[in-house]
Amino acid sequence: MKKILVVLLLLSVLLVGCAQQTVQPSATSTPTTQTTPSATSTPSTSAAEKILIGFSESKTGKFNAESKEQTNGFLLWMENVNAEGGIYVKDLGKKVKVSYTSYDDESSGERVQQIYAKLISEDKADFLISPYSSGLTASAAIIAEQYGKVMVATGAASDSIFNKGYQHVFQLYTPSSRYLTSAVDLLQTKFPDAKKVAIVYENSKFAKSVAQATKSYAEEKGLEVVLYEAYEPGTTDFTSFINKIQAANPDAIIGGGHFADGETFAKQIFEKKVKIKLLSLLVAPAVPEFAEIGDAALYVTGPSQWEPQAKYTKEAAQKMGVEFFGPTVEEFVKEYKAKYGYEPGYHAAGGYAAGLILQKAIEDAGTLDSEKVREALENMKVMTFFGYLEFEKGEYYGRQIGHDMVVIQWQESDGQLKKEVVWPETGASSQVIAYDEKY
Amino acid sequence: MNAEVLIDSIISGLLLGLVYGLAAIGLNLIWGVMKVINLSHGAFIALGMFSIWILYTSFGIFPYIGIIMILGLGLVLGIITYFGALHRVIDAPELSTLLATFSVSLIIIGFGTFIFKTNPKALDFSLGGIEAGSIVILGTKVATGVISIIFTVLLYAFLYKTRPGKAIRAVSMNRTAAELMGINSSLILALSFGIGIALAMVAGALIATIFPFTILSGGGYELKSFVICVLGGLGSPIGALVGGITLGLIESVVTLGIQTSFVPVLEFALLVAILVLKPSGLLGGK
Amino acid sequence: MKDSLKNLTDVSLLWLLAIIAVMAVIPPITNSITMREDIFLILQYIALAASLNIILGFTGYVSFGHIVYYGIGGYVAFALMYFYGIHLIPAMIAGGIVCAIIAYLLGEAVLRLRGAYFAIATIGINEAVKALVNNLEFLGGSAGLFFNFKIYQNYGGAGNAIWLAYYLMAILAIVVITSNYLIKKSKFGLGLMSIREDEDAAIVLGIDTKKYKSLAYMLSAFFPGMVGAIFFFKNGNIEPVNAFHLLKSIEMIFMVVLGGFGTVTGPFVGSLLYERIRGLLLVNPLFKDLHMAVAGIILLLLILFVPSGVIGYLRDKVAILRRYVE
Repeated sequence: MKKILVVLLLLSVLLVGCAQQTVQPSATSTPTTQTTPSATSTPSTSAAEKILIGFSESKTGKFNAESKEQTNGFLLWMENVNAEGGIYVKDLGKKVKVSYTSYDDESSGERVQQIYAKLISEDKADFLISPYSSGLTASAAIIAEQYGKVMVATGAASDSIFNKGYQHVFQLYTPSSRYLTSAVDLLQTKFPDAKKVAIVYENSKFAKSVAQATKSYAEEKGLEVVLYEAYEPGTTDFTSFINKIQAANPDAIIGGGHFADGETFAKQIFEKKVKIKLLSLLVAPAVPEFAEIGDAALYVTGPSQWEPQAKYTKEAAQKMGVEFFGPTVEEFVKEYKAKYGYEPGYHAAGGYAAGLILQKAIEDAGTLDSEKVREALENMKVMTFFGYLEFEKGEYYGRQIGHDMVVIQWQESDGQLKKEVVWPETGASSQVIAYDEKY
Repeated sequence: MNAEVLIDSIISGLLLGLVYGLAAIGLNLIWGVMKVINLSHGAFIALGMFSIWILYTSFGIFPYIGIIMILGLGLVLGIITYFGALHRVIDAPELSTLLATFSVSLIIIGFGTFIFKTNPKALDFSLGGIEAGSIVILGTKVATGVISIIFTVLLYAFLYKTRPGKAIRAVSMNRTAAELMGINSSLILALSFGIGIALAMVAGALIATIFPFTILSGGGYELKSFVICVLGGLGSPIGALVGGITLGLIESVVTLGIQTSFVPVLEFALLVAILVLKPSGLLGGK
Repeated sequence: MKDSLKNLTDVSLLWLLAIIAVMAVIPPITNSITMREDIFLILQYIALAASLNIILGFTGYVSFGHIVYYGIGGYVAFALMYFYGIHLIPAMIAGGIVCAIIAYLLGEAVLRLRGAYFAIATIGINEAVKALVNNLEFLGGSAGLFFNFKIYQNYGGAGNAIWLAYYLMAILAIVVITSNYLIKKSKFGLGLMSIREDEDAAIVLGIDTKKYKSLAYMLSAFFPGMVGAIFFFKNGNIEPVNAFHLLKSIEMIFMVVLGGFGTVTGPFVGSLLYERIRGLLLVNPLFKDLHMAVAGIILLLLILFVPSGVIGYLRDKVAILRRYVE
């Protein structure tokens, strides 16, 4: 008898364990809310006490560094806006403070939908910000669209998310189709003799879409693409690759992938003394740590979504005939440095801009109603510290068409490596220098 | 394509293959003696990379001297790992040893990620290089290849000339018989695992002198080591060196002819094909 | 056949199916989206772990790269839906069938290998397929494929489509668990387990081990193929890194071993516990940053001290459980 009781007890413990699992699903993700939204507050009611913004961040896994920056930027915006009493909502006739809820997606697509469904249905988020990276954003977009929630996509540059019929996803970054085209423009303007280009890229979603677009753009512009080839993610040995490049004898190498491979590639190109006019790589050169590789970093160029030296000013906005909204570049950089102790990169700027653009849309719409805010975003033409922002209304609904990349180059001043903006010419802080000048 | 490019590719393929081979020898020794597929191999390679990085950047120890310290460290860690994670399950079905070594890998990578994050690191030092026309061979690569050969020779001398080495070979051939001859097989297994881990860590350290790395880098080298071991024959240390050189040459020379992104397809298809058709490896008899 | 149908009313299977069924109907009844997402993942784990159990638990073949079938099934179904607009259900079945066929063909080669050789070969297969798909331009290569949101209109909108995926996953989980049970109770299952205990002896006893292994491998590939189809349909995009993620393979093995290798209840319990442990580790401020290392320590302790898993352990210790827990 006793034994049966023990067994029953064990079984019931097991069952309770299972049941708890289903009753408390929240245990699988980490809420980091500062203020838990009350269960009764429904979005877009006139009684709204606060605006809740939901997103997933990659606290662990391969995106943790980029995602953290993005969140830092967002938090700075939230702090600023709440310091002024919140966002003014005309319908309510008052300012409403902002709070946020986020969960860790572990840099993996598996949990993104789970998180966004929870943000919408349980936490009752009013607006969403995308996860970091295009793949995760694509998964989240389905949920956002299904519930008609506006999602501002930052840290997601892919074009292919935007011709999929989504009506609520708005992109802040310059899409990958225009990521390296400025490098081609730069090459043609500054080195008119250069005719042959090698495009080599990491075989991953992002780099590949950039490379494809760059190739067709370069060919359209009359350049000869002498090598177009991918290397595997995680490649550390580019020797054979560089041999192949040398055999093709290009004037410029354009491509890359993410940070680690880009840094290595640049280093090994330098070690092999490859003679080219321009080396332009994705992601890596824009990251401050790129300077670690010393001389190898010199004269390497790369596209960047945003740089602290960027010249997006009120005057520039006036010239274009659009409104300037939010802090100036200098204010943003100063505040960010004060809060986090280092200079912001473009991920951080993107995070701040995501909040800023939502703020602007809510103020324009005068309501928290998703559809009205969506319309406001659709019609938005605004200059911010992040650059000029405007969204496509056609086939690629929500894709960024206003924002432009800058091209930076690592140059030397007083024996120190320093990033300079060399393109577009109007915003340049220095003149571009040919890569092979370094040898 | 010109001859210089080809020569350059062959030389760098050979040098690289030697390090790959050294990394795989550790895996192969463990397999040969213990019949254990060591899934913590990659984690220990990464540990070797970070050990040399710490020795060099924090203590300023010259990398090639650091390697000797890492050899000792690897031996100790390997023996500890054997008694902590493997001894209890050494006779259990292979799933147990696979998972036991995998859990060791999770523990190492887990703590490693916590301490070092996943940012790439590199040893910033150079030995210059040899130049001839467009051929550039880096000094660090030459040093790495030479050291790999030295370690392989030392391992052979150890296995064939010393008592513990002979005991290891005896256990690898027939454990029961070796035990009957009065060999303490637990100690020998622990020693073999220790040597295997030490070689993995040294290989990791050597790789760190030529390529950048993160705490997750070991995984890729571990997969390469599998391919190498299968190419050269599972269980045969010299086979691992041959397998390593083969892989190095495939990566650097074959790449000249095909799209680089197809190389992994080739490598892993080769792995499966050899396992199925000639499990004793390219060199092995039937 | 009659016998196996009678088996279906056995208590040890019924209570298990009842729990899964109850769990699966909670979200539609309460209309909780959050719960639907959570339980969807659990059901997916159950289906994957139980599928792997057929080859790993019953037959004793360590299929280390088993996730390859999840990826292949996902890609086949996704491509059928993406290029030809085929409905999810036939696409899913096609995904499963393709996986079974591939498993048959590969099995012809790799099932001759034993022990660790087999394990390495399956890792090799997964990596080779991943690298290959990375290079297949018509499948989007490394960039993968994205659904157009409009595709969900054929299912009455995205909401309904996701619910459909959810129900299919629940049914699939139940089907896989049931087939685990039927296999274990059948002559076929006994044959598999004799292979696990001693393959050479099984051959001597006249068991057609080649046929048995091949069938077991095909079955254990068929179901993950369908799981992959459902998951990526709901996910809306598929790319090689997510479809052929080796770590996920290891998660599957972890769940089987945690619950109890070769039992029917084991994969179910293992999946629930795994999800629970993971959740706790991620929330706990002490372990949050170290969750991987802690998971490693738990796994190691499990292998060293409870190699038969939770269910295996309980069945050993508590005699009466043997009647009610398979």
